[in-house]
Amino acid sequence: MTRERLLTFALLAALLALPFAAQALGYPFYTTLATRMAILALAATGLNIALGLGGLVSFGHAAFFGIGGYAAGIVATHAMNAQPLLGLDIPASMPLVWLLAALSAGLVAAITGAISLRTSGVYFIMITLAFAQMIFYFAISWKAYGGEDGLSIALRNGFPGMNTAVPRDLFMIAFALLLAGLLIFWRVRVSRFGAALHAARQNELRVAAIGIEPFPIRLVAFVVSAMITAVAGAMFAELNRFASPSMLAWPMSGELIVLIILGGTGRLAGPVAGAMLYVMLEYWLGSITERWQFFLGLTLLGVVLFARGGIVGLVAGKARHG
Amino acid sequence: MPTALIIEQLLNGLQLGVMLFLMAAGLTLIFGVMGLINLAHGSLYMVGAFACAAVAAWTGSFWLGLVASLAAAAAAGAIVEVTVIRRLYDRDHLDQVLATFALILVFSEGTRWLFGSFPLYLDIPPALTGAVALPGGVFYPVYRLAIILVGLAVAVGLWLLISRTRLGMRIRAGESDREMIGALGVDIRTLYTVVFALGAALAGLAGALVGALQSVQVGMGEPVLILAFVVIVIGGIGSIKGAFLGALLVGVVDTMGRIFLPQLLAALLGPAPAASLGGALSSMLIYIVMAGILAFRPRGLFAAGA
Repeated sequence: MTRERLLTFALLAALLALPFAAQALGYPFYTTLATRMAILALAATGLNIALGLGGLVSFGHAAFFGIGGYAAGIVATHAMNAQPLLGLDIPASMPLVWLLAALSAGLVAAITGAISLRTSGVYFIMITLAFAQMIFYFAISWKAYGGEDGLSIALRNGFPGMNTAVPRDLFMIAFALLLAGLLIFWRVRVSRFGAALHAARQNELRVAAIGIEPFPIRLVAFVVSAMITAVAGAMFAELNRFASPSMLAWPMSGELIVLIILGGTGRLAGPVAGAMLYVMLEYWLGSITERWQFFLGLTLLGVVLFARGGIVGLVAGKARHG
Repeated sequence: MPTALIIEQLLNGLQLGVMLFLMAAGLTLIFGVMGLINLAHGSLYMVGAFACAAVAAWTGSFWLGLVASLAAAAAAGAIVEVTVIRRLYDRDHLDQVLATFALILVFSEGTRWLFGSFPLYLDIPPALTGAVALPGGVFYPVYRLAIILVGLAVAVGLWLLISRTRLGMRIRAGESDREMIGALGVDIRTLYTVVFALGAALAGLAGALVGALQSVQVGMGEPVLILAFVVIVIGGIGSIKGAFLGALLVGVVDTMGRIFLPQLLAALLGPAPAASLGGALSSMLIYIVMAGILAFRPRGLFAAGA
């Protein structure tokens, strides 16, 4: 077993143990922190497919995160008021929310990606940002669903066999989704598709020369990436019982990128390590000083300047390309 | 539609445009010469605004505040360049995004630490209060006219600096081949620090000028930063001319869109749907323009080296 795989299992085991340890030690609040870690890790795992594997630096993944959040909020609101959605009576069910979130984010990603992928480099960063801003402004002026106030979720959507109002049940759902997301990431990376995606990132011309067109591959990666991030967004809104416009705002996109770089770009465990450290720093610094963002910024600077390759790179060494 | 309203809004658009130009010029210079994406440029704008407000409150003179804003932003820029940014030039854009994102956190929280969470207010200098009558029966605030003139003067000055001076020659040489000018004996590290400080000073000037129109508060820089990025992407990254025309385009389209798009929609669709749709569409308008331009010109209108 390689050190990277060992690290992945260790991190996941630690995350899974956290709520149980919290319960035993009498800090039930930590369950919520662990859920937050799992959800952010899932969102960053989605982005890691586009950014880590494909080298597509999307500065607009907050859009997909927010679309997922609003899917959860909209379904919960309609179910609560017994209003039909698009003419259908819908149950307040999480799997349905995930489906809606993934489909709508996938559709948006297919359209915006088709335009954005015509550009590259900094232009790609900026055009994805522009699309995300469009969706942000659309959401804050959409009065039917809260506008600038966002959309509260009075009652979380349900999941068969679980009570989503219980923190530990919600954590288990988020953790299972994270595992599924990591599995998708891993399958993509080891597949022929992943190899082509990785190759297109390293040398676009050569990939084209051997008969693989980079554009459709990148577009598929972008869409899959958006769908996973959207499911995470839905869970984030469920956790906070609130679909906030700030989920769509550009600092969220920056935060997702931060999680990935902090953990290790393109590494399986990168987003997990990044999300765990980030949430811990946020909580720990927040408890000792109200100026925690100042020290968070300094920490991030330290990581980017002196610990290249993030946490996973620090522990498991450079990525091996087999 | 009254002509006076159109002229007034056109001037407002120009005023926003030249403000954006001051921001975008620095961003595009820094990207063109050093290949760096600087998300923290909005923080330098904020530093300028706070320096101006603090010094103006302390001395009672807006003009001293303006000088202070230039000095403070340039100094902050130079310090950041020497301590952090310098290490990022040969990194990929991802590391640059993360590091400058971290700088935003440090600057914002640091400023809140120094000045508290309440916004500061900056008064328009007495010499520039009031309004002037323009042809067409428009009364327009003198201060906003002054901002337009300052912006245009900076644009001309920057053009002269880049095309007519030795420093400008070095900047242009740095854009086209940084290793070669290093080999020719130009101290490239100092040149980079100077360019960064120059960009920072322009951002600080923009912040100070706008500070008298809006309140001076933490987080004021980021919305402007995003707009400035839209500007340089539309104009073509690295091109000062592109930044200037892009800034005016964004300023005018944004301002005019907010006023006239809802009216246009109301005429087409009736008042009720237009009220909700108009607001959304007009805030999205510049991003739609940007996406449209990039879809057809993937490297902007005046891409450097294209």
